[in-house]
Parts: sequence; C-alpha cells; structure tokens
Amino acid sequence: MSATHARTAMTSTPEFRLAVIAVIVFAVMSILSPDRFLSAQNLTSMAFQFPEFAILALAMTITMMTGGIDLSVVGVANLSAVVAAIILTQFAGPDMDVQQSLVWLVIAIAAALTVGAVAGLLNGVLVAWFGLPPILATLGSGLVFTGFAVAMTGGSAVMGFPDVVAWLGNERLVGIPVPLIVFALLALGLHIVLTRTGFGLKATMYGANPLAAFFAAIDINRLLIRVYVTAGMFSSIAGLVIMSRANSAKADYGSSYLLLAVLIAVLGGVNPYGGYGRVIGVVLAVLSMQFLSSGLNMLQVSNFARELIWGALLIFVMVVNTRQGPGLASLFNKTKPTG
Amino acid sequence: MAAATHDALVDMKGVTKRYGGVTALDGVDFTVHAGEAVCLAGENGSGKSTLIKILSGVEQPTAGTISINGTQHTNLNPRVSAAAGVMVIFQDFSLFPNMSVAENIAFSTQLGEHRTLFDLSRARKLAQSVLERIGVDIALDARVESLPVAHKQLVAICRALASEARLIIMDEPTTALTEREVRSLLAIIRKLKEEGVAVLFVSHKLAEVLEVSEKVFVLRNGKKVAEGPAAEFDAASLTRHMTGRDVPEAPPSAVTEGSKTLLDVENLTKVGAFADVSFALKAGEVLGVSGLLGSGRTSLAKALFGLVAPDSGTIRLDGEAFALGDPIAAASAGIGYVPEDRLTEGLFLTQSIARNIAVGRLDAHERRGFLDLGALMSEATDWLTRLKVKAPDPQAPVRSLSGGNQQRVALARWLSRAPRVLVLNGPSVGVDVGSKADIHDIIRDLARSGIGVIVISDDLPELLATCHRILVMKAGRVVDEIAGNSVTEDELAHRLAS
Amino acid sequence: MSGLLPQGFWTRNETLVAVVIILFCIVATLSDPLFFSATTLTDLLRASIVLGILAVAAMLVLISGGIDVSFTAIAVFAMYTTTVFTLAVAPELPWFVIFALSIGIGACLGAINGIFIAGFGLPTLIVTLGTLSVFRGFLLTFVGSQRISALPPEMRDFSRMMITRGTTEAGNFYALPWAFAALVFVVVLTWFILHKTMLGRSIFAIGGSVESARRIGINVRATQFFVYVYVGALAGLAGIIHGAMGRMADPFSLVGLELSVIAAVVLGGARLIGGYGTITGTLLGVALIVLVQNSLIVVGIPSTWQSVTIGLLILLGTGLPAWQAKRAAARAA
Repeated sequence: MSATHARTAMTSTPEFRLAVIAVIVFAVMSILSPDRFLSAQNLTSMAFQFPEFAILALAMTITMMTGGIDLSVVGVANLSAVVAAIILTQFAGPDMDVQQSLVWLVIAIAAALTVGAVAGLLNGVLVAWFGLPPILATLGSGLVFTGFAVAMTGGSAVMGFPDVVAWLGNERLVGIPVPLIVFALLALGLHIVLTRTGFGLKATMYGANPLAAFFAAIDINRLLIRVYVTAGMFSSIAGLVIMSRANSAKADYGSSYLLLAVLIAVLGGVNPYGGYGRVIGVVLAVLSMQFLSSGLNMLQVSNFARELIWGALLIFVMVVNTRQGPGLASLFNKTKPTG
Repeated sequence: MAAATHDALVDMKGVTKRYGGVTALDGVDFTVHAGEAVCLAGENGSGKSTLIKILSGVEQPTAGTISINGTQHTNLNPRVSAAAGVMVIFQDFSLFPNMSVAENIAFSTQLGEHRTLFDLSRARKLAQSVLERIGVDIALDARVESLPVAHKQLVAICRALASEARLIIMDEPTTALTEREVRSLLAIIRKLKEEGVAVLFVSHKLAEVLEVSEKVFVLRNGKKVAEGPAAEFDAASLTRHMTGRDVPEAPPSAVTEGSKTLLDVENLTKVGAFADVSFALKAGEVLGVSGLLGSGRTSLAKALFGLVAPDSGTIRLDGEAFALGDPIAAASAGIGYVPEDRLTEGLFLTQSIARNIAVGRLDAHERRGFLDLGALMSEATDWLTRLKVKAPDPQAPVRSLSGGNQQRVALARWLSRAPRVLVLNGPSVGVDVGSKADIHDIIRDLARSGIGVIVISDDLPELLATCHRILVMKAGRVVDEIAGNSVTEDELAHRLAS
Repeated sequence: MSGLLPQGFWTRNETLVAVVIILFCIVATLSDPLFFSATTLTDLLRASIVLGILAVAAMLVLISGGIDVSFTAIAVFAMYTTTVFTLAVAPELPWFVIFALSIGIGACLGAINGIFIAGFGLPTLIVTLGTLSVFRGFLLTFVGSQRISALPPEMRDFSRMMITRGTTEAGNFYALPWAFAALVFVVVLTWFILHKTMLGRSIFAIGGSVESARRIGINVRATQFFVYVYVGALAGLAGIIHGAMGRMADPFSLVGLELSVIAAVVLGGARLIGGYGTITGTLLGVALIVLVQNSLIVVGIPSTWQSVTIGLLILLGTGLPAWQAKRAAARAA
C-alpha cells in the first residue's frame, strides 16, 4: 500500500532518517577503524550477535502495531528454551549420534514453538477476553513464564546437548550465519504479514482506532489472540537461537533484552500507541544499534557505553520525529480536514 | 448587579475572525444581557465554536470589539475572560472523573487564588452552597465518574457558578440528556436567570431550550443570518435558517409494489433503552427513525447491528433470525451500520482512504492467504468514483478529506459488502449543505437498487427528503408511524414533540 | 452496605490485597508458629524500605498519567556517584550530607526526564526507557563499574543505627533500623503533597484529564516537571539507603527491579490510565510482594515458585477489576 503518496514523502519518513543514521554510523565506524570494523571477522560476529534480540524486537513490533506491548517476550523465550533444553538433555544428550539427535532436535523445536504459541494464547486471552491492559497482562504473564522456567530448572542452567544443537546459533549456510538467516526470514515474513494479509491490515487498523474496528465488525478477540500468539512464537524462536548460541538454557538469560526490544521497536518508528510501524524501520534500528556497539567495541569503548548511546539515540530520534513529523508526532497532532 | 440588567453584559461589535484565507466569523454583532438566556444556533462549521473561543479569550478576533460589563477589551485572554465571569461548559464538561464532586466544583476557585495548600473543608462548603443554590442534591464525596451524565453537567454548572460566573456558555447542552433531564436542566436555568446569571446555549439542536430563551441568533458560514425573540422561532424555522435551504428536496419515489419484506423486527426490548419495538422493512424502502433525545433511537439503531445486546425479541433478515448482540453476526447476515460519530467510531483517520473502504471485506480480497492489493485498490477507486468523492489519492489518509467526503468513504465501506440492509445513524451530521443533498441522493439511489435503508435522524428535512415511512420513538417505544409524503415539516415537528 | 466503610470498599484492590496478606499470614502462622514474631516483622519491614520508597515514587508517576521505568537507574546512579564522590573528596562527611547529595543527584536526573516529558512532550514510557539506558550507561562508563565495600564511615554507621533491637522469647534476634524512618517520612510527605496541596491535587487532576486541567488553568508542564524531579529525589534517597543497608555500593544493583516495583503499585490499585492510586494500596502492594519474596517457603511453596506467584497475583489483581469493567461496559453499551 505504498505508491505515489508514500514516495513523495519518503525522505521525511522516520525510516528514511533511520537509514541515514545507519549509513552514517557505518561510515564513521569504517573510517575510524577501517581494518577492524570492516574485517570479515567483525562483520560475521555482528551477524551472529544481533538476531536474537532483533527477533524479540519483531515480536514487540507486532503487538505494538495494535497499540499493545508484550513484556513477556524474554520470559517466553527462556521458558521455550528451557523446555527444549530439558527434552534435549533428558532424551538426547551429548553422546547421541547425529541422526537420532536431529530427530530430537526437531521434537525440541516443535515443543518450544508450542510453548511460545500457548504462552501467546494466554496473553491474547487475557488482553482480548478479560480486557487487561496489555502492559499489565504481559508483565504478569512474563513473571509466570519466567517463574515456570525457574521452577523447572531450579534456577540453574540446563546443558549437555547433542552437537547438532549448536548449528542453529553458530554455523553458516552458504557462508551466511544461520541466526541471520532465521532473522531475515522472520523479518520478511512479518513484513509480508503486515502489508499483504488481511490479518496484518486489521492489526494495524485496530491499532489506529480500536473503536472503529469494533464498529467495522472486525473480530477483535480473534485478531488480538493471533497477534499475541505470533509474538509468542517469534519469542520462542529467539529463545532457541539464544539457547543454541549459549549451548545451554537458563531462566534468566537475556534479561536486558526486554527493554532493548522495546527500544528497538520504538527507535524503528513503530508507534507504541498502535496503527503505524514498518519492519524495515525495525531492521534499520537493529543495524544502527549493532554498528554502533560493535564500532565502539573496536574503539575500546566500554560495553556499558553502548547502553548510554542506545538510550541517547532513542531520545534523539524521538525528539527529531516529534519536531519534524510525519513520524510519531504527526499521529497525535490534529490536522484540519481540507478539500 | 442591578445596573447590569440595563447595559449589555457582553457586547460584541463587528467581530471578524480569519484563519489564513478562511473567514470563520464575518462582522458579527452579538449581545447578551444579564439574566438572559440566548440561543446561538448553527451547523458545524458555521462559526459558532469560533465565537465561543473569542468570548472565552482562547482566540483573538481579527477585527471588531468586545465589551464585557461595559469594559471594552481589545485583547481578551482566558484569564481576563474568566475574571469577568465568562465560563464555558464544554460538551465533554471538562471534569476530572477521578476526583470528588466537591473538588471538581471548588478546585478552580482555589487555583485562581494562587494558594499552595488545598483546603478540602472550604471546598466542600463552597460546593455545598453552590449545589444548594441551584437546588440539587449530589453527594459531595462521590467520584464524578460514578455520576450519570446529567449530574456531571450539573457539576460543571456548579463549577462555573463557584467561580462567580455571570455568563455561562453551554456547548451542545442537551445532546446526552434524556427528556426528563432536559426538563430539570431548564428549571435550573430559570433559577439562574432570576439570579441575574446569563446563559448562552450553543448548539445545532436547540428546540428543547427555546422555551427558556429570550433571544435567538443563527450563524451560517460565519455570518449572522437570523436574530430575534425566541418566541418567533421553532424547530423547523431554526433548521431552515441554519441550513439555508428553502426549497425542500424531492421526496423519494414510491417503493415498488409488492416488494418483499427484508427485515422483520419483533418485540425487541432492552431494559432502560427501548421496549417492544416491532417493525418491518421492505426491500427498496427507506425507513426513518426519529424521536427526541433519550427516546431510545440510537440504542435501537445499535441493537439492529449487534452493538447493543437486546434483552429479548428477534430480528429476522429474509425470514432468518441471527445472533443478536454480535456485530460480526449482523454484518455477515447482511446488515451494515454507519455510525453517527465518524471521527471516533466510523473511520481510521490516520489510515488510507483505500484501507478505510477495504477494511470491511479484507477476507474477500485474500487469495491463498495474501491480499490482492491491486483488486483492493481498484475496488476502492471504483467506489470513490461512484460516490463522487473528490479524493486526490486513495493512498492519502482519510483525515485529509472533508466531512462530506469522509461520510462517503464510510458509506463505501459498507456498500462494497453489498449489504441487504443499511442502518445510517445521522447520515449528514457535520456535513456541509451541498454534500448533504448528495448524500440524500445516494440514499435514494440505494433504495432504488433494492437495499433496505434505516435512517436515524432528528434532522426533519432530511427525514422528509429520504424516508418513505418515519417511526417516532418516545421513552423507548414506537409511538407513531408517519408516511413520509403525507406531512409537511411543521406537522412532523409537531407530531415529534407531542 | 455499612456506613463505616468507604464507597466500594469490597471491590477495591486495597481490600483484595489486604485479604490476601491476612490469609497468607494465617496460613504461614498455622504451618510455622514462629512466623508470627517480631523477627519476621522487622525482617519484612527492613525489606520494604527501599522497595516502599521506590513504589511511592512510581505511584506518583502513575497518578499523573505517566509511567517511569528509569527510577531504578536514577537510584543506583545517585547512590554510586555519591559514594565515589564522598570517598574521593570528603570521606568524613556526616551521613545526612551524603544523603542530601544523593537526593540532589536524583532530583537532577529526574529533571532530565522532566525536560523531555514536560518540555518536549514526548511519551513518558519511551523517554524513561531511554534515560534508563543513558543513566546506567553513563554510570558504568564514566563513574565506575567496581563494587565498593569500603563505604564512607558515616554511611556504615547509619546502617547500624537501630530504632529497636532485641531478642525474642524464642531466642531470635530482631532489629529495626532507623532507615525505616525514611520510608515513614516519605509516606507522610507524599501523602501531604498529594492530599493537602494544590500541587498534589493538580497531579491527580492531570492524571484524570490533561485537557480539562489545561482548561481550568493548571500549569500542566510545571506539574509534570515537579513529578519527575520529586520521583528522582525519592529514587536518590532509596538508592543511598540501599547502599548503606547493603554495606556496599554496587553499580549493578537495583536496575531490573523497576517492573516489580510498578507491579506492586498496580496491585495496590493505581491505574495505568492515570488519576488513581493510594498510598495505602501501594504499601499493601509492597507488603504483599515482600511477603512473597521472603516468606513463600513458610506457606509450603518452594521459593523457586516465587515469580510464578507474583505473576499470578498481578494477573488476578488487575484481571478481576478489568473483567468486571468489561462486563459492565458490555451490559450498558
């Protein structure tokens, strides 16, 4: 749904500004530390690093499109990973041969996705049927999911997987890191869902005006449940990637990823009040963040400075969007009808 | 106080307001005396809200003078205006739902005194005395959110009185009230007038308040088009002045003989809203539903589309009953509903025109799970042409359209679903005169094509121009049925009021 | 029913939470008679100090119609910076000067939130999400990232000052530090501001309706700005108390608690839409969370089920009223 109108206004979209930021950051880092930042080693290491939280940001994005939020993404990711890990350690184990352990890996992945879907279903039911504000429903359910993961593991890491498990997070397919492929497929999939399916359009329009969606006879309960189930399944995939990269699963992995996922989605131009958001923006936001943090790493800047810069970037982009529209701010300004 | 009865409390002379190239108010003279109730009538966009803004000091006039209490002000601001006793009660009342009645009434007074500490016992005393002054009893400690609408309005009036209001401006004062509540509001207004407080009613529906008013002003397109004693006006003449339409539109051509019954409503009841409503709608028929405020007409309209769940009764479409209280069931049975409040209920303002049209049948546009965007777009463009929408680009957000064109987009959404029955709640509210006639044309065309149309409205010329039959509701029941071509506007107004 | 009870007493969150707390205590006492003792009480009170102050701060933001997730970062920033500064410049400073320093730093950081929220009008969640990262990142990058256990002597001494201490008949040691007085002070001060000053009522008013507040002439920006500065100051106080009582300045502590604190406040009846929240409710919410965190094992639930329990409590505590409201709306329509 983006023809002439979108094209003329392209340079003033939040996505365009983000693209500029991403290119500038990439260029500056390349100039400051050309031999290291542009090294194949650094580029691939970046490609291994970001997909796990970027996938969580995609999960966040789809819920924000409806004006909701999913604070349970990390809880779902860890619970899914713990379930998969328990299957892999109980029934498989490091000594199992490749063929058999592949079978168990598939079973574990299926189980993890089921956990994600059930968790999402719970969130969806709480939000749609019981009318809980999404922020509270998912805050509470996130604690429950994390709690189950703690209770199942006693709080310690589950490890001792067959070797094939590491493939998902650490190997390459035709030279491209597997996590990056997973992320790219999910991002493309979400983009298509949001722009090319009735479900995606309904989610966006519900976010733009829930009351009008009700009057337009959209099946809101079903819509919201599908949104949160999708978010839950995306989270469980992120959980699997994290598990594979860490070669273990634990109830409190990636706890800093929750706010990071919100931050990326908002930085990517997704309107947290619903109705606007594009996957390309989220991807650009992820890239900007990753270029920044890797580049700063090269420059011997401490890890913690990344956080500082991410936060500053978020606020900077918000201020710019608010001042210039038609980003977030324009959605809140009343425009007088013309014509 | 006594002198004020002779001199004007508010005297505006030649007030003009331009926004860029648009003239919102054009040389308007306007006076209010103490203890007087004045009606300021006009349709949306007539300039009446600009006039309120100028009086309350929110906007500055481009030209003209304003005197309050004999003092001429070149530059009013909200503080000066409030200090002079001009208080506005907005349509939403601007109350704080989470705070108590006493606080809502007395807070702004204490705010005006620039105090640091909040004195609750003084606030309660002040609130109590104001409530007694207008003779109503509302619990001081009740939270405003728990009050019925009529009481919220009284709290807003009390807040204005607590701040020593001399002129209370009430924006659309009767919109949300039932008949009985309007009665008691009028009694309070009479009391206020006796105390020398002036009241200015601003509305496009003023029939109810004419009896307590002394004077009527009618604005149209920023100009004063009528002025005179209230006794010289009635509902019909007010509407005529507001719309500026002298020639009534052609009534609809008769329903084809022997066309079959589409919609059959039997004994529909919703406690507290409407009771025992039964009627039948034929294919190709336009049925009007009218009635004064609180008559239950809007609840009935919503119930037909499942937005309100009736307690008992049946609705059959083509002889088949469908689940009540479920808009999705109603929509799939073939009923469409265009809501009264386009901006909050009808449209997705930030979304494109094409999406606003297509949202009703996205599932039908899906091919193997993916939307056929080309088909979706050409269908939208097709409807824009058929309904004569002057839209630059179906990709533009729908909020960029004028009220009339927005209403056509809302219509197109339902028409694209090929409904059997279309319920139109206030089809031309907030639409300019020209578009209004076009929308009436569309309604007549729809009927000709065999759709059953139900028009919910209190716009008498509109009902006469579009409807074959008009049901009159009162206190939740259908009390009268009028054949559309058998009455004049005045007769209709009379039968509505009786 | 009864005239003695306030309107809607039985459907209030406060009542619900209080009932759960009482039931919890009854069950706990039945399964372990030692639970009902001065030791347990002082332990719980001690555990409530920092959480309680932060919760009062978070409540204030919720009432004003915003949400703040940066207050934990402010707390740890103020505490650690104050400690580092004091150790470097004047280790012998009296404790109240150290406290004032931390409160001042907190207020300044809160003012930064206030500038973006009240000044630029940005959404509160996003601003505080950003400043959470900025404050924490700045602290760990430029101030330091080492735990400091050699605190200034006055801070150490402060944590040893007790209101009461002793041994129960059963031979268990109990003690309530003076730090608890800080919570009492914060509660009284905040109650006074919220209920007795025009400023406090204005905070409720803008939480109820920003537009209406503007129309009756409330200075919305100034009020919002105050809220974030005050919250920053409270966070600074909570931070320094946390450091003193833990006898360690740990720059990695506290951050991560923000959602639990907000959960406690919401359990106590504050609403995300703004305008609603009581100190009683907030303290009850804190008490319940502290009970669950410290004494779950006493009622026979293994402590690994702690976050499941808290999560379920949040879902129940917010779900019941939400569901009732939804059903009422469906009936009325």
